[in-house]
Amino acid sequence: MIKTDILIIGAGPTGLFTVFEAGLLKLKCHLIDALPQPGGQCAELYPKKPIYDIPGFPEVLAGNLVDNLMEQIKSFEPGFTLAERAETIEKLEDDTFLVTTNKGTQHNAPIVAIAGGLGSFEPRKPPIPNIADFEDKGVSYMVKDPEVYRNKKVVIAGGGDSALDWSIFLADIAEEVTLVHRRNEFRGALDSVDKVKELKDLGKINLMTPAEVDGLQADENGHLSSVVIKKKSEATEEIQLEVDHFIPLFGLSPKLGPIGDWGLEIEKNAIKVDNTLDYQTNIPGIYAIGDVNTYPGKLKLILCGFHEATLMCQSAYKKIHPDKKYVMKYTTVGGVTGFDGTKKEAPKAVVKAID
Amino acid sequence: MEQDVKITIIDREGESHEIDAPTDMNMNLMEVVRSYELAPEGTIGICGGMAMCASCQCYVLSDTELPEMQDDEEAMLAEAFHVENNSRLGCQIPITEQLAGLKVQLAPKE
Repeated sequence: MIKTDILIIGAGPTGLFTVFEAGLLKLKCHLIDALPQPGGQCAELYPKKPIYDIPGFPEVLAGNLVDNLMEQIKSFEPGFTLAERAETIEKLEDDTFLVTTNKGTQHNAPIVAIAGGLGSFEPRKPPIPNIADFEDKGVSYMVKDPEVYRNKKVVIAGGGDSALDWSIFLADIAEEVTLVHRRNEFRGALDSVDKVKELKDLGKINLMTPAEVDGLQADENGHLSSVVIKKKSEATEEIQLEVDHFIPLFGLSPKLGPIGDWGLEIEKNAIKVDNTLDYQTNIPGIYAIGDVNTYPGKLKLILCGFHEATLMCQSAYKKIHPDKKYVMKYTTVGGVTGFDGTKKEAPKAVVKAID
Repeated sequence: MEQDVKITIIDREGESHEIDAPTDMNMNLMEVVRSYELAPEGTIGICGGMAMCASCQCYVLSDTELPEMQDDEEAMLAEAFHVENNSRLGCQIPITEQLAGLKVQLAPKE
């Protein structure tokens, strides 16, 4: 079991900066994120796009902002549970929280800070009515273990990089690879597009465009047995194709997910918090900061998330140390003492008399 | 002050709204839908207008001339669901005087 002072759900900019503010108060943090890397939307959606409203940065690329935050919090040695989604929360007898991920990793902390942004990034599922019946029975939204597909018949749908790359990769492993895309054009790295064309000419990938997978059929065990592909040429043509696996790859989209079932007050797909004080939710000890919360006048801006994180940490400190007296100290005055033994501080001014 | 333009937006429940969209606020169609609360917050404009989520997809029903589709809008629509030939992303359509008389229908929520 992972134990920490503040358990942060979401490793986007707000979650990362929380580590810094908590660190100044000597509180340790651990972060959980569904994505395999820290940075949230900034790293996943738009790392190469500029942001112009971070105070003090006339222009900063989202990816660089994440790098800078990681550098800023390094000495506070945050722990990370990545590529796992916070699934359940339980209040223990000692008033601390137990948060368990979808992979069963357990985390224990007196304070939980939900910095979940728009939610956890989940694969986008195509609107085929019975698709949920086939999950783990021939349909998967990501490739975890390519060996599963050895000598099998596979249909991949999508027109982006991951659809192209997995078609190329599985062409060598699977018995048959069919790539279905709604358009004739693909939007991926040029060499991936060229490679798919080459494999198509060699007969190693069946390319079906413009087309869509429209229906799924099961064998007697409920496992996927065939897909219906609608090909949109002059006349729409329906093709039934016998397959073992269907892999729709349509990218990721954020969903509030299991956090929505934690008993927190939800409004407009966001968590209601007390903005007059400390961004605490209706459950004492659970805070929500950044894009995931809502209150009158809320703005979903990174800079607002930083502010919310700062106030939230002060409140968390008082909860963890109800008897300690504390006043806020400027970093310029107090410096920054890391948990790794490093200390950053302002150089002492030299005093010298004029003779 | 510049003039507002009248546009018609059919929401996801099928109700039609004729609204005044300001041409002087640097707004796009997705933001106008949000400002009039024609779709619940959190179900439209999720990515904030970067052509990265398709939650503002709409079907263009009038023959109003619209700005040409750029690469990122086209890429997103190639991956989105419920896409038709007249699909556009609202966030990629700035409100200008040329939009007077525009009629769009919001695409279903994914």
